[in-house]
Amino acid sequence: MIEIQDLSVIFGEAGQRVVAVDGVSLRVLPGESFGLVGESGSGKSTILRAVAGLIDHWGGSIRIDGHPVGRKRSRDFYRLVQMVFQDPFGSLHPKHTVDRILSEPLIIHGLDDAEARVRAALDQVQLGPSFRFRYPHQLSGGQRQRVAIARALILSPRLILLDEPTSALDVSIQAEILNLLDDIRRDLGVTYLLVSHDLGVVAHMCDRLAVMRQGALVEVASQGDLAAGALREPYSQQLMLASKGYDRAVVNSFTDT
Amino acid sequence: MQEKSGIILDVEDLNIRFDTPKGEFHAVKDVSFRMRREKLAIVGESGSGKTQTGRAILGLTQGRISAKRLAFHDTSLLGLDAAGWRQIRGRRIAMVMQDPKYSLNPVMTIGDQLIEAGQRSLAPGSVRSRALEMLEAVKIRDPLRVFNAWPHELSGGMGQRAMIAMMLMAEPELLIADEPTSALDVTVRLQVLAILDDLVKTRDMGLIFISHDLNLVRTFCDRVLIMYGGRVVETRMARDLRAATHPYTQGLLACSPEIDRPTRRLATLQRDPAWAEAPAAAPGAAPADTGS
Repeated sequence: MIEIQDLSVIFGEAGQRVVAVDGVSLRVLPGESFGLVGESGSGKSTILRAVAGLIDHWGGSIRIDGHPVGRKRSRDFYRLVQMVFQDPFGSLHPKHTVDRILSEPLIIHGLDDAEARVRAALDQVQLGPSFRFRYPHQLSGGQRQRVAIARALILSPRLILLDEPTSALDVSIQAEILNLLDDIRRDLGVTYLLVSHDLGVVAHMCDRLAVMRQGALVEVASQGDLAAGALREPYSQQLMLASKGYDRAVVNSFTDT
Repeated sequence: MQEKSGIILDVEDLNIRFDTPKGEFHAVKDVSFRMRREKLAIVGESGSGKTQTGRAILGLTQGRISAKRLAFHDTSLLGLDAAGWRQIRGRRIAMVMQDPKYSLNPVMTIGDQLIEAGQRSLAPGSVRSRALEMLEAVKIRDPLRVFNAWPHELSGGMGQRAMIAMMLMAEPELLIADEPTSALDVTVRLQVLAILDDLVKTRDMGLIFISHDLNLVRTFCDRVLIMYGGRVVETRMARDLRAATHPYTQGLLACSPEIDRPTRRLATLQRDPAWAEAPAAAPGAAPADTGS
């Protein structure tokens, strides 16, 4: 579904150049859920934004569904690829009702039968019809993230990019959203590319994952490898042990970060 | 008498209420606990009252506090006047907040902020050397560089270490840390925790660690208070947290994804309004069954 070859993203002018992504190649299969994990500055979100077309100065090649994509994306591209952002407080227009938020993509893409599609999308994210004419400030964080997911689903995309979709939520709400995302993938067969700093979330959601560090891809592992603790690279091991909680011996074993 | 039992903080039936346009909001309800020089966690989700409880100890909440008892050693913190608070805040009880970006003064160097924090309790000649010593104590490799640095020149982990160093200038007996590592990357987080751990051990300090992360407090703290809807619903030794009996604690533990135990579906929490209303399950906040 996604083929990334030698992707590089550089920010800043000469002299203050920051190589945010440094020659990364990876493939995501159709229907797969693939995770990008790493600490801040690892380049994981930058890869996602390059795939989404939110950054226009990347180098290398990106192919989606077999077709190379350019700097500027067509309207058709966004029928295929949609995104859910981290902060459900910032990603929904505060003065638009849920109905308008969900209808807008339909209008842009000239789709009819908005009524039925909006209802179906709300149903898909398990929000009742009573939510349709509410404003974002009348919703909890978890409900807002459901609306953001419904907005991504309403164009029936085949690839959904998830940027830390639950990191702003309490852990009990996170569980509900992760279960919902899992159901959606199983029902619709969509592909996920998920970015998270939380190895627990990635372990739960993804078939495979790539560990990133300072713009480079450290290793690709399967969910089984991660669960069994069978990561090859010392940095991935360190990240995994650190994610399991506080352990003085583990802290002492850290190499410089 | 209290000193002998080692109790440094005694909270009994703490209530915090806010007046809002929609009426009174009861944020913290009948919270009671006593602590020794230990690592005590207060965990809960947003709105559980954990932050307000921490702030009330320093008299920093905007809400109305009432309590049967709120005492630090033999000093009652209820109705303390400004002069009384000056003896306590920053000197004997200090607080570290979540995000160093907002809690450091952006227009003062780290060194000046450390000196300011120590000025009132240290001899003038020794403040600077103590500041450098504290930066070293929080494992900053080049203390002089950080001493002269501005907050914006430091990374998040470095900034949080500087914050902790500042809070330790006056050698407090109790440190309240409100989500001190939530804004940090996971490896840096553990390094900062290791520093706090050492300080509790070597300086004989009490630590109240406020967090939403059950897995972290289970592995880091000695004892855990679990709050829901303003109430302490359960108190447990951290090592026994997995044997929690309250449905809320059990639910929270079950709904966190774990790396080595992947499940198809995460358990979800079935909230029961009674958790926030019923009297706390255990009068287990009493010190008898909570000593280590």
